[in-house]
Amino acid sequence: MSANTAVADKYRNNFLKEIEEQVEMGDWVKMCMQCGVCSGSCPTNFQSAWEHPPQELFMMIRAGKREEVLTSTSMWNCTSCYNCIVRCPRKIPITHIMHGIAEYAHRIGKAPKMQATRFFSVLFWKNCTNTGRVNELKLSLGLYFKDGFVQGVKNGLAMQSVAIGLIKAGRLNPLELFGGHKCKDQKGIQAMLAKAYEIERVRKAAKMAG
Amino acid sequence: MATKEYAFYPGCSSQKGASASNYLTSVESMCKTLDVKLTEIPDWNCCGASIGYAEAGELPRHVLNARNFALSEQHMPGKEIVATCAACWLGARETRERLTHSETLMADTREALKESGLEINEMPNIRHMVEVLIEDLGFDEMKKHVVRPLEGVKIAGYVGCQTNRPFGVDGESFENPLYLDKMVEMVGAEPIPDYEQKVTCCGGALAFSEPEKAQAQIKDIVESAYDHGAEMIVTPCPLCQANVEIYQGQVNKRYGTKFDIPVMYYSQLMVVAYGGDAKAAGLNGQVIKARRLEEIAAKPVKR
Repeated sequence: MSANTAVADKYRNNFLKEIEEQVEMGDWVKMCMQCGVCSGSCPTNFQSAWEHPPQELFMMIRAGKREEVLTSTSMWNCTSCYNCIVRCPRKIPITHIMHGIAEYAHRIGKAPKMQATRFFSVLFWKNCTNTGRVNELKLSLGLYFKDGFVQGVKNGLAMQSVAIGLIKAGRLNPLELFGGHKCKDQKGIQAMLAKAYEIERVRKAAKMAG
Repeated sequence: MATKEYAFYPGCSSQKGASASNYLTSVESMCKTLDVKLTEIPDWNCCGASIGYAEAGELPRHVLNARNFALSEQHMPGKEIVATCAACWLGARETRERLTHSETLMADTREALKESGLEINEMPNIRHMVEVLIEDLGFDEMKKHVVRPLEGVKIAGYVGCQTNRPFGVDGESFENPLYLDKMVEMVGAEPIPDYEQKVTCCGGALAFSEPEKAQAQIKDIVESAYDHGAEMIVTPCPLCQANVEIYQGQVNKRYGTKFDIPVMYYSQLMVVAYGGDAKAAGLNGQVIKARRLEEIAAKPVKR
């Protein structure tokens, strides 16, 4: 059984409960009073419009629109600007819920596969936890080559002037490709993170069983 | 002995050859003048930033920040942690709040930390460098060291998001924080209090993944600075600095604009005003050269 079928089976017809138990800060979703201040305060919703802005996602969760919510590109538009959080009259931690829904959709394999920010988010986390510190050069190259080698070279060329500017200013080091900054205790970091994932997995599973 | 001492969390972007290395250069010179001693937390790690969310989950991301707390406690017990990066400060502060408010999360974090032989006994205070400047030193103390005021330079104070929301600097409003304008004034330059894009988001990580969305925002931020007659923009955040500066060429291509405005850190303005040269202020790290500041930095100091 896939991760998605398992949870869908358990939470049949109660998507709100699923979100409350499995998504970070998900128990706040029921607090939304649909005023729309979050949507009006969101920079990317203002510029290019989310498919479903935050207050709409909250209502869709309550209406049980599981498939539409989890497969949406919407929450991946979050820039983590926290404007929605500080303006929400109910003080709902909206930014964290957007990240939480996105993380959950990713975890159970429902998130849109090639969504660029999803791809970058995974790339960033792997990049920074690999050695304990971000390798900015590998991070950028990883993103450019997302859609294969040819597109990668094209993307790289399009960004050439930005990269040259940074190299000249001493803010991008081509040698980072062969190593770069790292933590000394990488083993300890890996062990600690593995344990954290294990604990979190056990806690979420317990909620599902309970 | 230094007046003030802190455990220092410089963050990934401040490292040698990284995107905000010039920020660190200027912070070091600034702190020397102000007699603030920063001791780097040994073997500190990345905060995970906001954008790691797809894989970070809740506990792993707090554990990552907690490791820095534990290292700080081990090597510098009782010292407050100071971050220069907005994302580092936000990530660490969020972890501090969550762990303080949830015994379960705290217990789980302790258990995971054991795997790397570390422990937390006391929760450290997490401060941003601008908080240290404003709250621990104060504007009067900062101003005392100005020997080369940046007279006649008009500067748009771009606060951005993560140094402003959701925590922000005490006593400031989320919609119109004033401390950056006061800092501009403090160094003898001319602030633009009605710069309406001062808390607009630069697009954050979307500048990499979905550049067209971020660049629409960057365009607004830069355009408004020009509209108010600014010669440069100043910010307290490494990602704001990079996004607003390095993509101006791409914004120009996309919108037919002719943007070419320098984007500085507050610490760079302060170093020049404190009599430091271009190198000490990290001015060689600008992609768009701050010629006006370079000229001022080359002038003799009034003492």
